[in-house]
Amino acid sequence: MTTAVAHSWYMTVRHLRFLSRQPWLISISLVQPVVWLLLFGQLFKRIVEIPGFASGSYITFLTPGVVVMTAMFSGGWAGMGVISDLDRGVTDRFLVSPIRRGALTSGMLAYQALVSIGQSLIIVALGLVAGARFSNGAAGVAVLVVAAMLVNLAFASLSIALSLVIRKEESVIAAVQFVALPLTFLGAGFMTEGLMPSWIRAVAHYNPVNWAVEAGRGALEPSPHWGFVLARGGWLLALATACGLLATIAFRSYQRSV
Amino acid sequence: MVRRPDRVRRAIGCVAQRSGVDLEATGHENLALQGRLYGIGGRALKSRVGGLLERFGLGEAADRITKTYSGGMRRKLDVALGLVHRPEVLFLDEPTTGLDPEARADMWNEITRLSSEEGITVLLTTHYLEEADRLARRLAIVDSGRVVAAGTPDELKAELRGDAIHVELGTPEPHALVRDALDRLQGVHEVVLEGRLVRARVDSGATAVPAVLGALESRGLAVAAVTIARPSLDDVYLRYAGRAFSQADVAHETGGPR
Repeated sequence: MTTAVAHSWYMTVRHLRFLSRQPWLISISLVQPVVWLLLFGQLFKRIVEIPGFASGSYITFLTPGVVVMTAMFSGGWAGMGVISDLDRGVTDRFLVSPIRRGALTSGMLAYQALVSIGQSLIIVALGLVAGARFSNGAAGVAVLVVAAMLVNLAFASLSIALSLVIRKEESVIAAVQFVALPLTFLGAGFMTEGLMPSWIRAVAHYNPVNWAVEAGRGALEPSPHWGFVLARGGWLLALATACGLLATIAFRSYQRSV
Repeated sequence: MVRRPDRVRRAIGCVAQRSGVDLEATGHENLALQGRLYGIGGRALKSRVGGLLERFGLGEAADRITKTYSGGMRRKLDVALGLVHRPEVLFLDEPTTGLDPEARADMWNEITRLSSEEGITVLLTTHYLEEADRLARRLAIVDSGRVVAAGTPDELKAELRGDAIHVELGTPEPHALVRDALDRLQGVHEVVLEGRLVRARVDSGATAVPAVLGALESRGLAVAAVTIARPSLDDVYLRYAGRAFSQADVAHETGGPR
């Protein structure tokens, strides 16, 4: 067990080191959320004046949505690293060594989780600078960050699984766009639930991205319904675990194929 | 082997034809991670990594990202990665493909040193018969996945019935006269005449030269030049595989003292 943890950690450190050498990657990953927060947030500022909107400040309403959306996309790109390691023979070299097989996947997922936490905190800070105001302080933010991280892990696992099976960057990029963008808009990320068309409301009920937005936003409200937040969190945890298993199975099938 | 995969992994080192170097990490980081995966740590790891970097002439480049390495440096790092855990058997898949002559000579010296001084059994595959001849104690010619010939390089060459002898006569002589002179000699076969050129196979080049010269001169035939050629592995290869070179592989093995 300790060996497995150590091996996973070596892999996480390897990915973190890569990121530390490409600081521009961090800036690029923040361009999108900044555009959403500052431009979209400004453009639709007066949307809260529509009767029935559940919040008094659009930037306060929008920030959790942007946090979760960013976490989802960031997880979606996890497969790129997997493909580049496959292409360069790095994965095969590791597989010749006595590395714990699970460490290759779990190390990557741990890295994704850490990156997601960092990203979420930066976006929350940007939201605060832009005028968002949250209740429940650190605890509320922590719930949002964890919910976003679970979405990130679920998407990272799916992206890793897909990459191991398809092994082509273009296809993975297409798949991520195809899935992630609709999921972003089929929920309460940008629009209050009460003003959504009823069919979107129905779909949103089954949208894990929406679960994370609701859990995170719920935890940042003045008097949160913790039961509701916890239930959403539980579903997210179950989903992330299931996706993680899928990634492990995909990795086993890759091992059998070499 | 199936039951004790971990023992096997620790006993062997593998250097794939395709490099497995992590291009985003430094040479030092590549080696240190590889060592950790084999359970080496602390001082032992430090000295092992430092030692390998020095031995392969990568000391100065140790802290550079391997993306900036030349092909020869990457190949050396590949071999070093296969050696971190002091394996008993090292598999090298075409270790010198694509290297310049200097890097190739370095690699040959290192492989010779590994099998002679460190007692590592090296199994390497190559397309270069010169390389096989130079490095191998035993070699096998593999054609379409089957071993078609195996033995020491000298054994394989000896099967081609000795050396080739080329005699250039001073003047074009009646072929009957030349043939008459040579046919009586012991150990001279397959005499072929082309104008002033006489080609034949002899059991032993060293003893055949005086006899051939004597026989020709006793009949008043002037000799302008004589050359003997040891059969090359190319001749052996063509005899056994007998078709376009690029379609087949040669595998050979240099044995350490075990």
